[in-house]
Amino acid sequence: MITQFLEQLPALVIVLPLMAAPVCVLLHRATLAWLVYLITAWACFAIAFLLFVQVKVGGPISYAMGGWPPPFGIELRLDALNVVVLLLVTGIGALCSVYAKASVAVEIARERVYLFYAALLLCLCGLAGITVTGDAFNLFVFLEISSLASYGLIAMGTKRRALLSAFQYLIMGTIGGTFLLIGIGFLYMMTGSLNMADIAQRLPAVAHTRTVEAGLAFIVVGASLKFALFPLHVWLPNAYTFAPSTASVFIAATSTKVALYALIRFLFTVFGAAYAFDRLPLGEVLIVLSVAAMLSASLAAIFQTDVKRLLAWSSIAQIGYIVMGFALASPAGITASVAHIVNHGIIKGALFMAAGALFWRMRSVSLNDIAGLGRSMPWTSAAFVVAGLSLVGVPATGGFISKWLLLEAVIAPGRYWLAAAILVSSLLALIYIWRVVEALYFRAAPEGRVALGEAPLSMRLATWTLVLANIALGIYATPLVQAAERAATSLLGSGA
Amino acid sequence: MSLASLSDDFFGLFNYWVVIVLMMIGFYTVISHDNLVKKLIGLNLFQTAVFVFYISMGKITGSTAPILMDGPAGEDALYAHPLPHVLILTAIVVGVATTALGLALVVRINEAYGSIEEDDVLAADFETQASESEDEARRSERAQARQQREEARDEHDDGERDERTPEQREAADERREPSS
Repeated sequence: MITQFLEQLPALVIVLPLMAAPVCVLLHRATLAWLVYLITAWACFAIAFLLFVQVKVGGPISYAMGGWPPPFGIELRLDALNVVVLLLVTGIGALCSVYAKASVAVEIARERVYLFYAALLLCLCGLAGITVTGDAFNLFVFLEISSLASYGLIAMGTKRRALLSAFQYLIMGTIGGTFLLIGIGFLYMMTGSLNMADIAQRLPAVAHTRTVEAGLAFIVVGASLKFALFPLHVWLPNAYTFAPSTASVFIAATSTKVALYALIRFLFTVFGAAYAFDRLPLGEVLIVLSVAAMLSASLAAIFQTDVKRLLAWSSIAQIGYIVMGFALASPAGITASVAHIVNHGIIKGALFMAAGALFWRMRSVSLNDIAGLGRSMPWTSAAFVVAGLSLVGVPATGGFISKWLLLEAVIAPGRYWLAAAILVSSLLALIYIWRVVEALYFRAAPEGRVALGEAPLSMRLATWTLVLANIALGIYATPLVQAAERAATSLLGSGA
Repeated sequence: MSLASLSDDFFGLFNYWVVIVLMMIGFYTVISHDNLVKKLIGLNLFQTAVFVFYISMGKITGSTAPILMDGPAGEDALYAHPLPHVLILTAIVVGVATTALGLALVVRINEAYGSIEEDDVLAADFETQASESEDEARRSERAQARQQREEARDEHDDGERDERTPEQREAADERREPSS
């Protein structure tokens, strides 16, 4: 009985939120919908944890959806790489459930709250689906499910600018998704298969054709649109700024990371590092773009007056670090990438949660409105400081570990310019984080502001859980680094 | 290149040429048009082109539909590959959902801005943004001035209290500002 249940876990992590979303809509009551979300998200997190343990002990899991054996049926496949991403996605989803109730209550009209949770569940379902699936077309479908849900989530923002941000995201996201669809079509044309492992086996025979090269190009551009790689990032700052706080937390911490995972999966498992990086100069292209992202987005972040927009620009810069890691196509580089996917997810989650808590109190997160809040909201402000330091890469935080790994990875092949770019970008990060810290602690509160209290306990609890997780990963980094190393070995092992 | 091979390239790959033309028309419409509904129509064309591409991929010249046929004719009948067609059914559903969501957003944008021309909406947004950032700049200036004044007061504190209310002080600050 119990083993039968354990065998079904890979499917359950998608099916549960997919089923819970209509339940939310049917219940129609804000509190009940929140409860459904809470229970589902924590159940998914528990499942992800069980899967993590299973993969660590027993190696990769393959699940044949509906009993149809791969490559004919849809295969769900969990290996060292995607269990880590799955754990991040469901973990953030679960913490959002604690955080959401108070935050949503002030930002979304009560009669529409149930729709918010339904969309959040669908987004969780889509992201978990992208992560666990081993089927290229299935990945596209889940990508669109999560994207559609996030367009809806962003449009629920309080300001009217949220609507146009969501529309612009919809246009760019759909173009990205359709590019991915074309790319998958080209691969299917040449190999006659949609199962990723099966495509990987059949590709070398047709690798010289232009069709496959075009397929690679379409997939890289499509995925880059989804995770906002430098010149394709225009949708991101507005979308993150105007989304409701909980949606910002969830989307910023997970959605771009999962799209990055999807690209890593395609490049290394399907195409193989030798094809994508040795035969074609993809690595150089991605490295140039990632450096541009790191420097220009960090610079742009410095000049923002809105904390959420500042964090959004910083996200674009941090995506640069992750892309640079895997664009090196070395085991060390991929390890750094995977570690930074997790660390950045946790850091950005914590930062957006702190920003959301400030928003809950002030109904605005402009630097002037949060001035002097350090004294009246000590917990939230301290959380922002610690997570911000981690973003900069101060030792004893998670951000330090992944930046250190990345530095090692670029210095090993002697690319000192890249190391310099990483350091400069970190210094720029110090400046923009300092601007927020300065406003919180060293500026006097605007006159006429009555004494304010802290954010609700639930919001602080969720924020500090992420902050502490981040510190824990900084001090005791071995499990994450080992998991990332296992992921890198499994990627390069299967691709070579 | 002979005329025959040219016509082969063109007519033999006719669907694919259609796909490319349709896709570029759609893509160009998305990029160039201001009207949000026209943008969505362009997006739809763009997606439809990909659907046509998948469907063409599954078709074999001279093949029948992938249905069960009795007798020897069914044994070695050439039939179109059904899988790409089924895939595209899913992609069409995704496309319909995207269009529906996009149109819903356009309706809400029209309610909020009174226009569905992107330029108008963006202009309204820029106006809000500009007034907001101007406001922020003025506020930070004022906060800085206040901080400096407080520091100065702390330095030579002669025991006298500032009796003005915060509103009066703000008004004094506004008068002191040179530009506005």
